[in-house]
Amino acid sequence: MADLSINFAGIRSPNPFWLASAPPSNSGAQVHRAFEAGWGGAVWKTIGAPVLNVSNRYGAWHYGNQKMLAINNVELISDRPLDLNLAEIRDVKRHWPDRAVIASAMVESTPEAWGDIVRRIEDTGADGIELNYGCPHGMSERGMGSAVGQVPEYCEQITRWVKSAASIPVIVKLTPNITSIVYPARAAVAAQADALSLINTINSIVGVDLDTFDITPNIGGKGGHGGYAGPAVKPIALNMLAALGVDEVVSRAGLPISGMGGMSTWKDAAEFLLLGATSLQVCTAVMHYGFRIVEDLCDGLSNWMDAHGFAAIADFRGKSLPRISDFKDFDLSFRAVARIDPAKCIRCDLCYVACNDTAHQCIDLIAADGSRVEPHTYDVRSNGKNDAIHTRPQPRVREEDCVGCRLCYNVCPVEHCIEMVELPPCQPSVTWDQLSKSQREVTESWDAMERYREEHGIHIH
Amino acid sequence: MSNTDRSAIRQPGLTELLPPLTEHEALVEANRCLYCYDAPCTHACPTHIDIPRFIKKIATGNLPGSARTILEANLLGATCARVCPVQELCEGACVLGAEHKPIMIGRLQRYAMDYAYSRNVPMFHAAAKTGMKIAVIGAGPAGLSCAGELAKLGHSATLFEKRPLGGGLSTYGIIVLREPVDIALAEVEMICRFGVELKTGVEIGRDVSFSALRSNYDAIFLSVGLGATPALGIPGEEYCIDGLEYIEQSKIDRDKLQVGRQVIVIGAGNTAIDCATIAKRMGAERVTMVYRRTEQEMTAYPHEYEFIKKEGVEFRFLTQPVKIVADAGNVAGLECVRTELGSVDLSGRPSPRLVPGSEFVIPADQIVKAIGQEKPSLAASLGIETQRGFIKVDDDYQTSMPGVYAGGDCIRSAGAASTVMAVEDGKLAAGAIHRRLTAAAVPAGVL
Ligand SMILES: Cc1cc2nc3c(=O)[nH]c(=O)nc-3n(C[C@H](O)[C@H](O)[C@H](O)COP(=O)(O)OP(=O)(O)OC[C@H]3O[C@@H](n4cnc5c(N)ncnc54)[C@H](O)[C@@H]3O)c2cc1C
Ligand SMILES: Cc1cc2nc3c(=O)[nH]c(=O)nc-3n(C[C@H](O)[C@H](O)[C@H](O)COP(=O)(O)O)c2cc1C
Ligand code: SF4
Ligand code: SF4
Ligand code: SF4
Repeated sequence: MADLSINFAGIRSPNPFWLASAPPSNSGAQVHRAFEAGWGGAVWKTIGAPVLNVSNRYGAWHYGNQKMLAINNVELISDRPLDLNLAEIRDVKRHWPDRAVIASAMVESTPEAWGDIVRRIEDTGADGIELNYGCPHGMSERGMGSAVGQVPEYCEQITRWVKSAASIPVIVKLTPNITSIVYPARAAVAAQADALSLINTINSIVGVDLDTFDITPNIGGKGGHGGYAGPAVKPIALNMLAALGVDEVVSRAGLPISGMGGMSTWKDAAEFLLLGATSLQVCTAVMHYGFRIVEDLCDGLSNWMDAHGFAAIADFRGKSLPRISDFKDFDLSFRAVARIDPAKCIRCDLCYVACNDTAHQCIDLIAADGSRVEPHTYDVRSNGKNDAIHTRPQPRVREEDCVGCRLCYNVCPVEHCIEMVELPPCQPSVTWDQLSKSQREVTESWDAMERYREEHGIHIH
Repeated sequence: MSNTDRSAIRQPGLTELLPPLTEHEALVEANRCLYCYDAPCTHACPTHIDIPRFIKKIATGNLPGSARTILEANLLGATCARVCPVQELCEGACVLGAEHKPIMIGRLQRYAMDYAYSRNVPMFHAAAKTGMKIAVIGAGPAGLSCAGELAKLGHSATLFEKRPLGGGLSTYGIIVLREPVDIALAEVEMICRFGVELKTGVEIGRDVSFSALRSNYDAIFLSVGLGATPALGIPGEEYCIDGLEYIEQSKIDRDKLQVGRQVIVIGAGNTAIDCATIAKRMGAERVTMVYRRTEQEMTAYPHEYEFIKKEGVEFRFLTQPVKIVADAGNVAGLECVRTELGSVDLSGRPSPRLVPGSEFVIPADQIVKAIGQEKPSLAASLGIETQRGFIKVDDDYQTSMPGVYAGGDCIRSAGAASTVMAVEDGKLAAGAIHRRLTAAAVPAGVL
């Protein structure tokens, strides 16, 4: 059994899974139950300035049979009285000394307001403070949340105020609604934050009602942008996490990062860890299925670690970061082609139409006698399952024409039916960066490019 | 009139077996379809409905578009959705069939059709009138399909039907468990709405002569189906009930239907299974199917055989009826002889041989024969060439008589006759007739 425990800027928890600051961590009773279910920690639903919430505050993005691929919300921070929240945080921490209890805060942008909330949070015995610089709606209109997170100078200033008042670890939670996540992160580093967390929700409009023309969800005839989260945002979160991991300033500072955004399985979790996260936070997946999901998050992660011989999370944390690279450093001589396994293929022809209509027209339909046939060519009099099944041609990749774009691999509904097969390179290993230094004209003139290709036998289809 | 308003004709125990899919079920199932390209299910459907297209439209919430996609290829989409042997056709070819469950294509088709019929969605506009007149004889699936397609092309099609109601076997022959009568009749109404004229109670050859039709119409389509149940040729046959009549009564003349306590059904095709189903569901204590070959040779579809076994019907294979035993004018039993299978006969199946001295009597108070249908008689009387008793047609569905076309059960000399095949015949024949009538050379009124 692998050891899942973590030490996050001095905050310990038996496993890396924390409830993100959001509805699942809205009250003491909920966090109690979450801890009973096995969550390693909880970042309390943001407390601070007084607010009022509205109904219909959650919208969702569904795709096919999959419900809630993403959620969209216009919920503000906690609308429960501040004192009640603080009392419950104290109570929960007393009951659960081994779990991470972190208070998320957002108040007016003054040193007094921040100093005051920090003191009151420390009074509860909480393990840390997370600064919510991310809420993209409502609070930002009042100069808080993403209005802070989007301006590195504000981010730095407020973090300094908090750091000067706080004795427990301070985590700065970043908003993804910014051109580069690196700048607010550097600001937090400059202000000596103890840790970072990301991502908060992404600006979004989830839909329009086609009968009433209302914005979805409809809030009394109005609607607007809300924060987007859930499985659909995971790739964006991973990218931002990796961007911090490879940034010189941020990585040199060595702050632990709490990763979140779209995590719903232990596989997602392992990916966040491989890209440098130390703790992990989950919101939407819990809102979809409840606290019980933590069981497989832990179990699956632990089994995977056992299989790879990782005894502790530190053994593989950040292990994939060195593979993050820029296009200019990719090896241009790398070649792969798609290959279909006819034994697994169910002949749905989705690869064929994808390649034929939108990629490089290099999948053929092969009849039983080996000849190439066009689609839609059976006789109208032919019918019945036997005709349909036995005369159906088999898609086959014309490997000499395949550019290895990987579209067919992505659309194929059968596991391991299409493999991308690596081929020996037909030119010496070279990157764009090297090329632009050694043979600059090739990267600047189409004629030179043409000659370069001929020289190396590179065919464009 | 909505489909459910007409439930007066439905009976307890004999109502449509499968419930309609709920909206939720339909969406989940539609989203499960992979949307295959040049899909094998479409190839397998005899009318080649673009199945992924209509299913995708259910998934996107475009139900009028879905219904139109179906009807473009198959005007009898509502009947076919219910009666097609989908295991042998579309669903049997679904790429998800091998490892998972195939998509419920028939039931999704029904979902889209129910939507269209319940809202009277207008589906097609007839093209400008061409002035051409076509007589279609027989308003079963083949005739309806042909007449409807011709009307879509702007021709004037008149359907002559000898029975009081249109629909052919969909109305009179397919048991209510699969298709309620009101569905078949709504389909007839829909086809009449785009300009087809239906004359019921008119038998060609009796009420109107064939030659009169030939001189008044630019083309003729024969879609007369098959005839009554043939004779068994055994003593006591007069006590035997005709299976087709049995089914017909169960559908539209419930009061006349009498079901015995111990019922024997002679035959083992799909019609025989339907008769046994009716007997069982209408209160018979014991229903026995008697067949002179074995279950390997039965012509019923495997899924039908599975169904009837679950209904609790018993089977006597290798059993040849030789005499109906009557007692004071009432059926008392069926005398049978054991058989053995011998060499392969003309039908490609081993022929049964009687085992001498193996006579025995199965007690019964009702005996129903369901041993197929007689060949179409009209063809012979008109001097049209036939093939094994069926009307012979060329690739364009034209008979040996120029300008006279035929399709449906009356031409199906090989393979299983089914509604969807009849619909396709009608559609392809309409195309051929259209090509002939619009080719400049043919002067109107001359066949
Ligand atoms: C009991 C039974 C159950 C069946 N179940 C199924 C099933 O579940 N699924 C399936 O796909 N198929 C089934 N079939 C087969 C299917 O019903 C037929 O293949 C289909 O109806 C053939 O259509 P058709 O138009 O050729 O003939 P029919 O439906 O037989 O229609 C022919 C029409 O022509 C009329 N007619 C005949 N002669 C004349 C004349 N001289 N003048 C005017 N009108 C005339 C008849 O009255 C009839 O209405 C079943 C058949 C039977 C008998
Ligand atoms: C309904 C809802 C309310 C949220 N409220 C807060 C909040 O009060 N404070 C905060 O820092 N983040 C809040 N978040 C953001 C989450 O903490 C988290 O950053 C984001 O949802 C991404 O994680 P996920 O994809 O697992 O949901 C909220 C998210 C949702 C969906
Ligand atoms: S997408 Fe996959 S399963 Fe479908 S035809 Fe192509 S290789 Fe076969
Ligand atoms: S018409 Fe019949 S065979 Fe064709 S798709 Fe519909 S249910 Fe399947
Ligand atoms: S074969 Fe099955 S999965 Fe593919 S389009 Fe047809 S119904 Fe859908």
